[in-house]
Amino acid sequence: MSGDYAIDVHGLVKRFGKKTAVAGVDIQMPRGEVWGFLGPNGSGKTTTIRMICGLLTATEGTGQCLGYDIRRDAEKIRELTGYMTQKFSFWTDMTIRENLEFVARLYHLPKIRQTVDATLEKLGLTHRQHQLSGALSGGWKQRLALAAVTMHNPKLLLLDEPTAGVDPQARRDFWDEIHHLSLAGMTVLVSTHYMDEAERCDRIVYLANGQKIVEGTVADVIARSSLITFRGEGPVSDAWPMPSGANPASNMPPISVPRFT
Amino acid sequence: MTGLLNSFGRIWAIFMKETVQIRRDRFTFAIMFGIPIMQLILFGYAINMNPKHLPAALLVEEQTPIVRTLVQSLKTSDYYDFVMQTDDPRKTGDLLARGEVAFVVSVPAGFTRKLIRGEQPQILIEADATDPAAASGAVGFAQTILTDALRHDLKGPLASLGGSQPPFELVVHQMYNPEAMTSYNIVPGLLGVILTMTLVMITGMAMTRESEQGTIENLLAMPVKPIEVMLGKILPYVAIGAGQTLIILLAARLLFDVPFIGNPWILFLGVSVFVLANLALGFTFSTIARTQMQAMQLTFFFFLPSILLSGFMFPFRGMPGWAQTIGEVLPLTHFLRIVRGVMLKDTSLAQLQSPIIALCIFTVSAVCVAMLRYRRTLD
Repeated sequence: MSGDYAIDVHGLVKRFGKKTAVAGVDIQMPRGEVWGFLGPNGSGKTTTIRMICGLLTATEGTGQCLGYDIRRDAEKIRELTGYMTQKFSFWTDMTIRENLEFVARLYHLPKIRQTVDATLEKLGLTHRQHQLSGALSGGWKQRLALAAVTMHNPKLLLLDEPTAGVDPQARRDFWDEIHHLSLAGMTVLVSTHYMDEAERCDRIVYLANGQKIVEGTVADVIARSSLITFRGEGPVSDAWPMPSGANPASNMPPISVPRFT
Repeated sequence: MTGLLNSFGRIWAIFMKETVQIRRDRFTFAIMFGIPIMQLILFGYAINMNPKHLPAALLVEEQTPIVRTLVQSLKTSDYYDFVMQTDDPRKTGDLLARGEVAFVVSVPAGFTRKLIRGEQPQILIEADATDPAAASGAVGFAQTILTDALRHDLKGPLASLGGSQPPFELVVHQMYNPEAMTSYNIVPGLLGVILTMTLVMITGMAMTRESEQGTIENLLAMPVKPIEVMLGKILPYVAIGAGQTLIILLAARLLFDVPFIGNPWILFLGVSVFVLANLALGFTFSTIARTQMQAMQLTFFFFLPSILLSGFMFPFRGMPGWAQTIGEVLPLTHFLRIVRGVMLKDTSLAQLQSPIIALCIFTVSAVCVAMLRYRRTLD
C-alpha cells in the first residue's frame, strides 16, 4: 500500500537536545505529484526534509520513502532521491563542469562526458562550463544545483527553498523546470516562503512550530482559513506614478495572517 | 578627550567579543593550555641529553676475578643495562642491527692472562652510532669506569700494572656511522618528520573543510560509503608522500652524503605503510575536529610528542620508561627504526618485522576509529 506513496511517514519527531524541531509530522505523498512545504523560518521544514532523505535520524516516528525504510535503508533512498540544499553546497573551487562530472561519476552514470555535455547544454552553461561554480550569480547557482541533483534521474526530488533570494524571472524559469521534471515522472517536494509558488503545487503542507497545521490543495487551504487574498490592479509601468513625499506603505491594505481552524 | 574615550569604548567592545568567542571554542581553549603543559612535561622529564641505562649485551669468553670486576663496574655505572650476557659470539651477532641493544661489550678469551703479562689486552665496545649523541656518553666514560675499577684489584704483585697507563686497551667501534656524523641520523629521520607533519595536517582538513564550506550536506546526501570517502580522500596524498620521499632521499644522497646501504624495496614498503598510517590518522582527526582550525591544533598536538619522543631529536633509550611507552605508540618511532635501519645498517626485512607490524596495527586502528567517528548524517 505504501508502494503508492513516494513519501509515507508517521509521527516524525526530531529533537536537538531540549529543543524540539519537529513534533510529530505525518505525510502521505502520492508518486508523481508536486507538493509545497510552507511555513515560517524554524517551523521544521528543512529538518523534516532531511529526515525523509536520511540526512537526519528521526528521534521518533517511522516511515518509508519510495518504499524504503527511512531508518534502515537510507543508503538506497540516497540513490533514488535528489536533494537540493537550501544553501548552495556544491564545490565553489571547482568549475561547473567538474562539479557535474563529480556527481555523474558518483552515481555511476553511463557516458559521463556526453551526459555532462547534455546537462550543460540544457542549462545553457556550455560556454561557461570552465568557470568556477563559486563565480555564478545566485540564480545560476540554483539552476546548476537543480541540474546536478537531477542528473541521475531521481524518483523523488526534495528541494529546500530553492528560490530563496532569486529574482522573479529566474523563479518563474525555475518553476517551469520543476514542472518539466514532474511531467517526466518525478515526484517533487518543494519548501518555499512564496505563496505564488504554492499555487503551482498540487497540494501544500503548512508547518508551524514543528507541527503540520493544514494540508490540502491551495484552494482548499484558502477556503478553510480566514485568509483574505488581495488582488492589486493598476497601470503596468516601470515608473510608478508616486506623489513625491508619499509613503507607499500607508496606502496598502492591512495584510491578514492566516488562521487555521 | 571624547575621541579617546570612544576609542576605549570600541577597544572594550572588541575585547568583549573576542572573550565571548574564545570561551565558546572550548577546544582551542583546551589546546592553549594543553600544549604548554605537554611541553613542560616532555622537555622537563622525558628528554635526557646524557642518556643512561642503555641496553647492552655482554660477550665474555672467560670468567676470572678481574673480568668480573670489570663487568661489575660497567653494570653499576648507570650507563649500561646488560640485557644479555653470553660467551657465544653468534648470539650477539645481529642484536645491534635489530636495534635491541645500543652496545655490545666484548672481553675476549685470554684477557686476564695477557693483562697480567702486561700485554695490553683489548676490550671491545661496539656502539650503535646511528644516533651518535645517544652513544657518546656511555662510550666516553667507559675508559674511566674500567680503569677505576681495576685499581682495587691491582695490588701486591700486580701493583706495577696500576700505573698511569691502563693495563688494557679499550677499542670502540662506532658501528654504521664511524665518523659520528649527526646528519646520518637527522636526515633519514627528517623524512619521517616531514611526512608526519604534512600528511597528517592535510588529511586533517579532509572532512572539516567540507563541514566548514557546507558541502558536507551535499556529500552526505549522495550514495557514498564512509570508507569510500576516506580512501578517495587520502589516496591522492599517497602520491604526494611518494614525491616528498623522493626529494628527501635525493637530498640525503646529493647534499648530505648520507649512505644508503640497505635494500630500497624494504624502505619502499616501510614508507608506504608509514604514509598510510599518517593519512589514516589525519582523516581520523578530521572526523574528530569540527573546524579546520581544530584539525590544525590536533595535528600540532600530535606532532609535538612525535618529534620529541620518537627518537628523532633526542635519544629514545635515554627517556624514562613511560616516555618510551608513549613513543612506542607513535608511528614515527617505528618508521625511524625502519629508515635508519635500511639506510645505515642494511637491516633485513626479517629484522624490521616488529616496526612494520606496529605501523600496520596503527593504520588499521586509525581507520577503525575514523569509521566509528565518521558521521553519515548531520545529527
